Amino acid sequence: MPHDIPDHDHPHALLPPEPALRVKALETILTRKGLVDPAALDEIIDTYENKIGPRNGAHVVAKAWREPDFAQSLRDDATAALSDLGYFGRQGEHMVVVENTPDTHNLVVCTLCSCYPWPLLGIPPGWYKSDAYRARVVREPRRVLADFGLSLPEDTAVRVWDSTAEVRYLVVPMRPDGTDGWSEEALMDLVSRDSMIGTAVAGPPS
Amino acid sequence: MSRVHDMGGRFGDGAVIPEAEDVIFHADWHPRALALTLAAGSLGKWNIDVSRHARECLAPKDYTAFSYYEKWMGGLAALLVDTGVLTPDDLAGKTDGEISDLAVKKLTADQVAGVLARGGPADRDSAVPPNFAVGDSVITRRIAENILVNGGHTRLPSYAAGARGRVLMYHGTHVLPDSNAHGLGEAPEPLYAVVFPAAELWQHPEHPRDEVVLDLWQSYLAPA
Repeated sequence: MPHDIPDHDHPHALLPPEPALRVKALETILTRKGLVDPAALDEIIDTYENKIGPRNGAHVVAKAWREPDFAQSLRDDATAALSDLGYFGRQGEHMVVVENTPDTHNLVVCTLCSCYPWPLLGIPPGWYKSDAYRARVVREPRRVLADFGLSLPEDTAVRVWDSTAEVRYLVVPMRPDGTDGWSEEALMDLVSRDSMIGTAVAGPPS
Repeated sequence: MSRVHDMGGRFGDGAVIPEAEDVIFHADWHPRALALTLAAGSLGKWNIDVSRHARECLAPKDYTAFSYYEKWMGGLAALLVDTGVLTPDDLAGKTDGEISDLAVKKLTADQVAGVLARGGPADRDSAVPPNFAVGDSVITRRIAENILVNGGHTRLPSYAAGARGRVLMYHGTHVLPDSNAHGLGEAPEPLYAVVFPAAELWQHPEHPRDEVVLDLWQSYLAPA
């Protein structure tokens, strides 16, 4: 008999209904049974609040803009090239990097849950996990981009990547004009989180 | 559409609301819920496919009403009970909380960095040879359901069922979620990125050259 979660049984109903109390209750129960260490929870939270975030991805994009060999290594084997920079780990085990061009604009989604390249971008924003984004972006990407104030040229096609497996996608936005010779640090400031998901283009922070 | 999470292409959800980059969590309990889920996962009683399936098995009314991390808590409660880590009485606060036999596997603070850095790669050696090459035309299963388990986990979204596409990339051989979510083994097989013209998926695509790419396992595909 295959192992399965019974549909008729929803154990969360045994916990307090208010979400903050529900989490607290679960943490308390697991801690008391020796199954969870609150200090480990603090460490996980510190990692994603302070150590891993979209600056990692911005570093990759700026480096790819400046160094053709690195850009090529991302095309050849992004997982290896990113690992060499120290960007590997949970939810970034298999990486593909896609480059925007005047011909094609790339957009990333996970319609079935919320898969996202954590080592490069951190924890996904609320909108990425929202029903509206998951439902709409595969069908009407331009209308979703309009919600972000972005409008694409008429002759640009959109390619939406639905992250249905353990492969994670990072968008390299087009390098803004007039940035020749800029330092990596200066270029990084042009690369927002949203530009690496595809709901923005690179440019000065608004 | 067999389950509520399979929402790609659905109408009626309203605007997407952008948010600033420095907003990571929206309430104090959100990071706690995230961390609790990761820490409990380290006990080794389930894999990522089992945990996704647990969230997908939330009642549609709960899945719709719950915020993101409430779904995670709902899924976690189900996993803990289903795998015997906790009893329903434990969850209901009716037991004393004796130290569990599993406590030896507890994730400690000093292990966190290593565990997160290692992640959980899904590529495996496989005896299943790739049937398709980049550029081949393929068609997805007509019914986006798990063929091994009725109501089981699958990663073929309904909107891409019965659709004709073209193999864009070969990702190597990966664990098959449809099997791994149900204790039936990892069953690794070839995984491809398959590109579909938007017009193959939608009656009214926004643009004639738009495309959608999905990562799909070989057993989801037939030659077209």
